[in-house]
Amino acid sequence: MPVNYIQPQFLVLRNTDRCIKCRVCERQCSNEVHSYDVDGDVMLADESKCVDCQRCVSLCPTHALAITETPNQLRKNANWSSQLIYEAYRQAESGAVLLSAMGNPQPFPVYWDKIVLNASQVTNPSIDPIREPMETRVILGSKPRKLELNDDGSLKTKLAPSLQLNVPIMFSAMSYGSISKNAHESLARAATELGTFYNTGEGGLHEDFYKYGKNTIVQVASGRFGVHPGFLRAGAAIEIKMGQGAKPGIGGHLPGAKVKEDVSRTRMIPLGSDAISPAPHHDIYSIEDLRQLVYSLKEATRYTKPIFVKIAAVHNVAAIASGIARSGADVIVIDGFRGGTGAAPTRIRDNVGIPIELALAAVDQRLRDEGIRNDVSVVVAGSIRCASDAVKAIALGADAIYIGTGALLALGCHLCRDCHSGACNWGIATQRPELVKRLNPEVGYKRLINLVQAWDHEIKEMMGGMGINAIESLRGNRLMLRGIGLNQKELEILGISHAGE
Amino acid sequence: MLDMEGQVRIPSGCAISGIISRSGKSIPGSEIIKSISVMHDRSNGLGGGFAGYGIYPQYKDLYALHVFYYNNKAKELTEEFINKHFEIGYLNSIETRKHPNITDEPIIMRYFITPLQNKLRGSMLDEREFVAQCVMKINSQFEGAYVFSSGKNMGVFKAVGFPEDVGEFYRLEEYSGYLWTAHGRYPTNTPGWWGGAHPFGLLDYTIVHNGEISSYDANRRFLEMYGYKCKLLTDTEAITYIFDFLNRKNKLPLEEVVNIVCAKFWTEIDNMPEAQRLKHEAFRSVYGGLLINGPFSIILGFDGGMMALNDRLKLRGMVAAEKGDTLYVASEECAIREICPSPDRVWAPKGGEPIIARLEKGGNN
Repeated sequence: MPVNYIQPQFLVLRNTDRCIKCRVCERQCSNEVHSYDVDGDVMLADESKCVDCQRCVSLCPTHALAITETPNQLRKNANWSSQLIYEAYRQAESGAVLLSAMGNPQPFPVYWDKIVLNASQVTNPSIDPIREPMETRVILGSKPRKLELNDDGSLKTKLAPSLQLNVPIMFSAMSYGSISKNAHESLARAATELGTFYNTGEGGLHEDFYKYGKNTIVQVASGRFGVHPGFLRAGAAIEIKMGQGAKPGIGGHLPGAKVKEDVSRTRMIPLGSDAISPAPHHDIYSIEDLRQLVYSLKEATRYTKPIFVKIAAVHNVAAIASGIARSGADVIVIDGFRGGTGAAPTRIRDNVGIPIELALAAVDQRLRDEGIRNDVSVVVAGSIRCASDAVKAIALGADAIYIGTGALLALGCHLCRDCHSGACNWGIATQRPELVKRLNPEVGYKRLINLVQAWDHEIKEMMGGMGINAIESLRGNRLMLRGIGLNQKELEILGISHAGE
Repeated sequence: MLDMEGQVRIPSGCAISGIISRSGKSIPGSEIIKSISVMHDRSNGLGGGFAGYGIYPQYKDLYALHVFYYNNKAKELTEEFINKHFEIGYLNSIETRKHPNITDEPIIMRYFITPLQNKLRGSMLDEREFVAQCVMKINSQFEGAYVFSSGKNMGVFKAVGFPEDVGEFYRLEEYSGYLWTAHGRYPTNTPGWWGGAHPFGLLDYTIVHNGEISSYDANRRFLEMYGYKCKLLTDTEAITYIFDFLNRKNKLPLEEVVNIVCAKFWTEIDNMPEAQRLKHEAFRSVYGGLLINGPFSIILGFDGGMMALNDRLKLRGMVAAEKGDTLYVASEECAIREICPSPDRVWAPKGGEPIIARLEKGGNN
C-alpha cells in the first residue's frame, strides 16, 4: 500500500447523540466528505476531502456537526511549518505550481489595525447622522484644475465623464467564470439599487446582464476575454486591468473545469479550456503603450465613459501611478497584496506585492506632490474588511473603495479558499448548476445591499464623530488618523502622527 | 518650551466682530475695540487683533506690509529682499504705546511698497500674485521674520493679549476706515507667538474666524498642491488661502465661492434645474477638498467689502444687524448693541448663507 504523505487538515466532529442521520450533510457536500453506511446505520466522514467550508455545519438541523483543526501534528518546527512541509510533499507528487484562492492569509502586518480614528470633544461638536444631513456621495473621474463660469453664471468648463456613487463602496472585479451567474446577478442588482457599481472582471458580460449596464464597470484584461464593441459600450466605465493584488505580475487563471457553455460563450473561448490570461498585455510594454490603449477605448466609446486603470500595489507603485495619471486615465485602482482571487499561484499570492495602506498613502502623496491628484480619482482594493477600514482608506486619500471578499462573505462565502476547485458549496465560485442554484440572487442581492448600507451607516457615524458631514472633507484628511505601535518609517510613509502626538 | 504656532496644531474658540459702512463713511478704530471688548470672556488673553480697510488713503496705491521681526538678522535679510524686489514709498515702525498687558513685543515695521517693474515683468506674474509669492517667501525662508499684513489701503494689527488691550497698544483710535474686523482668541494652548494671533491676511484678504474646522487637513493638502504653504497650521490661515485661491486665482465671484466652501447639500442639488445642478455638482466634484467642514463663523475682509459666513449646519453663533448703510456682524448681539444700541434690523444668518456687503463706490482694485 502506498504511503500517504498528506494528512487531512481538518477533523469532522459528529455528535452521534444529536445526529438523526438525515444525510443532509452528505447531499450538501460537493467534496463528498460525508457518506452513510447502510449496513452499520452510521454516518461516516472522509476528512481528506474536507476544505472547512462549513456548509454541512450550517445546514445540519440538529447542530450535530463541527469542523475543527486536526489534532494530528507534524513535529513542530519554527522554520519548517507543517504547511511548508505538506506543500513540499504535494509538489513532489505533482511536479506542479501550487494553486490557492482568496487573499494572502499570511501573518503580515495589517496596518488598518494599527491606525485609530479621531472624534470631537468640547472644542468642536460631533454631528449626529440621525438628526443632521451626512453625505457620502462620491464622484469619480478626472477633474479639471479649475472651473470657469459664463457671464450668466452657468458652467463654462466642460467636465470629463464621471461616475456618481451614492456610497463610497463598489464591488470589485470578479469575473463570470470565477464566480457564478447567480453571484453576478446578485452583485449587479445590488449595485443598481444602491446607486453604485459592480465590475465584470475579465470574463465578459453575460447577455442577461446588459440591462444593468448603467451600474456596471466592464473590464478589459490581458486575455481580452469577452471584449467586443457591444461589451465596451454596455458599461458605465471601462477598467483596464494591468494587475491584480493577489497575483501581481501574472494574468488571470480560470481552470477549464469552470468553463461551461455559458462561460465559454461569454468569454468567447472554447468549452472546457483553461483561460490563462497573458502576464502582460501584449500591446502594453511601457507606459506610452498604456496611453494608447486608454485612448483606443475612449475613441471606441466616443469619450463618453471614464477609463479606470487597475494595478497591483508593488514596490514602485507611486511612480507607476504618476505615470498612469498622465496617461489619460480617469481613475486609478490600486489593489493591495491581500486582495482576493479565484485562483493564483500560492507563492505569488503570499509573497508578491505590498500592503494597500502603504501603497495608497504613497500614491496619494506622490500625486499631490506633483500637483496631479485632481487629474485622477483613486480607488483602493485589496482587503477593505469593514467600515472603519473604509474610513481609514478615505482619510489616507482614497476617493472610494472596492470590496470583493467582503461582498462574497455577504453572499455566504466562508473563506475556505478553495475557489479554484470549482466545487464551491455555497454556489459562488462554481459553475456546477446544482451548486449555483444554492445561491438565490433574490436573497443574495438583498444581503449585499444590507452589508453596504450597514457600512455606509457606520461610515456616517464615524464621520459625524469627527465633526465631518461630507465625505470630501474626510478624503485625505490624515490629521484624523493616528498610528499605534508603528515605527517612524511606517508613520512617515503613512503620513500620520503617532497616537498621543 | 511649548511648541509655537506652526510646530503644533492648536484648536481655539473665539469672538469675532465686523463693521462696514457701505457708503464709505469713516469709522474710527475705537468703535471696533468697544464692540469686541464686550465679548471679553470669549477670549483668554492669548491673542487679539484687528483689520482695518481704507486706513491708508495717502498710500492707497501701495502695498502696505506689516512685519514682525524677532531678531535684527531677520530684519536685515528681509529688508534686503524687499529692496531687491520692491520700490519703497515709505517705511516706519508701527506706532504703539506701552501697555501693561502687552509684553514681549517684537520689532514691528511697516513698509509701503510697489513691485519693481523689471522684477515684475521678469516674473511673468500679475502684480498681486508677485506680491503674494514674495510674502510667502519671506515667511517661509527668513527665520524670525513674519509678514502679517500685505494689502493695499488696509492693515492688520495683532498681538498676544486681550483684543481691547491690543487695540490700545496699536493706538487704533488714531486710524479710521470704512471697514473693521476684530478677533479675540481662546486657544487651547499657550503658543505666545504674535504671528499666531488673528486676523490672518494675504494681500487684501483677511479672515477672522471662530471655530475649529474638521476638514483642516483635507483643505491643507488640497491647497498645498497649488503652491500654498500652510505654515501656521491654523484654520484661519487655510481659510484665507481658500478664498485667495478661489476668488483671486480661479476668478470665481464670492457668491459662488460660498457654494464651494459651504457646498449645497446633495438633496438640494438633485432638485435643481439642469444647468444649476451641473454647476453645483461640478463645484463639489472639482473643489470638494475646499469644502470647509465643522463649526465656523468667519468674517472675510477684502478690498471694498466684507463677507460673513457660517458653516452649513450653523454650529457657531453669529448675529448680524443693520443701521442705515452700516452692517454689523458679531459672535454675540451684545457686541453690536454696544456700538449701535438701536439697529434697524437684527437677524441670525442661516448656516451656509453669506452676508456680503460692498462699498457702493467699489474698492481700490
